[in-house]
Amino acid sequence: MPEAAQRSEPASPLPVEQDPTAETMSLQMGPSHPATHGTIKFTLTLDGETIRNCDVEIGYLHRGFEKMCEQRTWNHCVPYTDRLNYASPLINNVAFALTAERLLDIEVPERCRYVRVIMSEISRITDHLTCLGMAATEAGAISVGFYLMESRETLYDLVCAVTGARLTVSYARVGGVTQDLPRDFAAQVAAAFTDLRRILADCDALLSRNRIFIERMSGVGAIARDDAVSYGLTGPLLRATGIPYDVRKAQPYSGYDRFAFDVPTGSQGDNYDRFSVRFEEVGQSMRIIEQALADLPDGPVRVDDPRITLPDKKDVYGNIEGLMNHFKLVIEGVKIPRGEAFHSVEGANGELGFYLVSDGSGRPYRVRVRPPCFFGMAALGDMLRGHVVSDIITTFGMVNMIGGECDR
Amino acid sequence: MAETNKADMLTRIEAAFPGKVLERHAEHGDTTVVLDRGDAGVVLAALKAHPDFDFAMLTDLTGVDFFGREPRFEVVYHLYSLRHNHRLRVKVRLTEDAAELPSAAGVWKAADWLEREVWDMFGIRFTGHPDLRRILMYEEFRGHPLRKDYPVNKRQPLVEERDPLSRPWQKA
Repeated sequence: MPEAAQRSEPASPLPVEQDPTAETMSLQMGPSHPATHGTIKFTLTLDGETIRNCDVEIGYLHRGFEKMCEQRTWNHCVPYTDRLNYASPLINNVAFALTAERLLDIEVPERCRYVRVIMSEISRITDHLTCLGMAATEAGAISVGFYLMESRETLYDLVCAVTGARLTVSYARVGGVTQDLPRDFAAQVAAAFTDLRRILADCDALLSRNRIFIERMSGVGAIARDDAVSYGLTGPLLRATGIPYDVRKAQPYSGYDRFAFDVPTGSQGDNYDRFSVRFEEVGQSMRIIEQALADLPDGPVRVDDPRITLPDKKDVYGNIEGLMNHFKLVIEGVKIPRGEAFHSVEGANGELGFYLVSDGSGRPYRVRVRPPCFFGMAALGDMLRGHVVSDIITTFGMVNMIGGECDR
Repeated sequence: MAETNKADMLTRIEAAFPGKVLERHAEHGDTTVVLDRGDAGVVLAALKAHPDFDFAMLTDLTGVDFFGREPRFEVVYHLYSLRHNHRLRVKVRLTEDAAELPSAAGVWKAADWLEREVWDMFGIRFTGHPDLRRILMYEEFRGHPLRKDYPVNKRQPLVEERDPLSRPWQKA
């Protein structure tokens, strides 16, 4: 887009403080602004409508996630992880459980791994649909927003059928998942995906040759490849610059190496590429889910170890051993040996990592999350420099900050 | 990465930085080295620049408070190399009265915000940081909440409404 490239040229190469011709204006945007879906404050230094400097202030949704986790048992942390990236809570659940399992040096049963992959990928789709739908709405294509939200709802129905909740799923546990998939799950998924594919085709038709949309997105908010790596960007933000880094491919976990899927990449690192990468990934996630459902093995969905997983309810109510086992696990928690582990998974927004330190008691000594969108927010000021005020909306939408995760 | 490669990487790091690695282990699949506070800045920059290691990405940087133990703090870096697809954890131990480290913001841009968070949460200072101010908490907040001696249910007074464009962290 030549027009877009020209528009994004800064007015002067000098930093704004040293530029004698700059007549700048300070403007505060946020923390509560109708066009940003998130509580965030930008302190802008504007030259006309051009952004010369953008100071990003986060932390409005800080609620002490890491401190709270230190007060609870390992499994009590799972509901807290739901509230990190609440657009894809299942991925957070699974990432936390995988890291704790690494500390325990256990492997979950085969069926559990498949179930985790299926649920994570459904979560990735719901996250992408939220991001894409909101971004399109903010750029003016409100029908796309409605379509994608409608489609997300059918996926939430699937999540609800498995976990009993749309958002606060708390599905994974250290050593497994809470319950197995419902019997007719494959059929439900097939029906939802037929719907989703039709809606995606509609949205593609609405956007891919839409001049307004392309000019709002193309060439805007771009970041160079080296800067992206230096800023620690991962996920769609990094892949949009052309680097095919995906944790599922680079360091496969939960058996991701068994599924055939592609890693979509862009080339410009701008908002349009970020949008396209996410759009393509929805299709790839559907591919993974269909493969996983096709060869879903039978068996348990939890490890068979009374020190780690809760006993069956018939034992809890039927005999003293079961009752005591249940009591000890609920009150004291799983005893995870002393040590430390870092494990990362491919979250919807990028690499989601947990660094856990255990002192051997039933509670974590330290829980640290590597929130992918924190890194994107750190780079946002650089992405916006030289662009105009309205570009904040699309760029912020594509960084896809989720306050619960960024501010923890 | 196979276990042999991990042990091999630790050996290569020790060879590349003789005498700098205080401790090393490869537990739970994570290769870890512990560095001295004085060497950390140089070794971290060299780990990024060295073509054998090429840790172009700072995946994570955080702190741990081992309250009651001396040295009290650990600053933990998680590095990742896109080219070699390997990871490394670097730890630096700090005592409470010298809770200070050279900033890595010049090496990785990601370190800028991450160091601000470690400062905010643990009160560990990073010398040479371009703009070391709180990030998740507000400027008037007293104390560092992730320290183990910060009570979990402690309340802080409400702060005065401030001029939205003022920057209290910038001293006149």
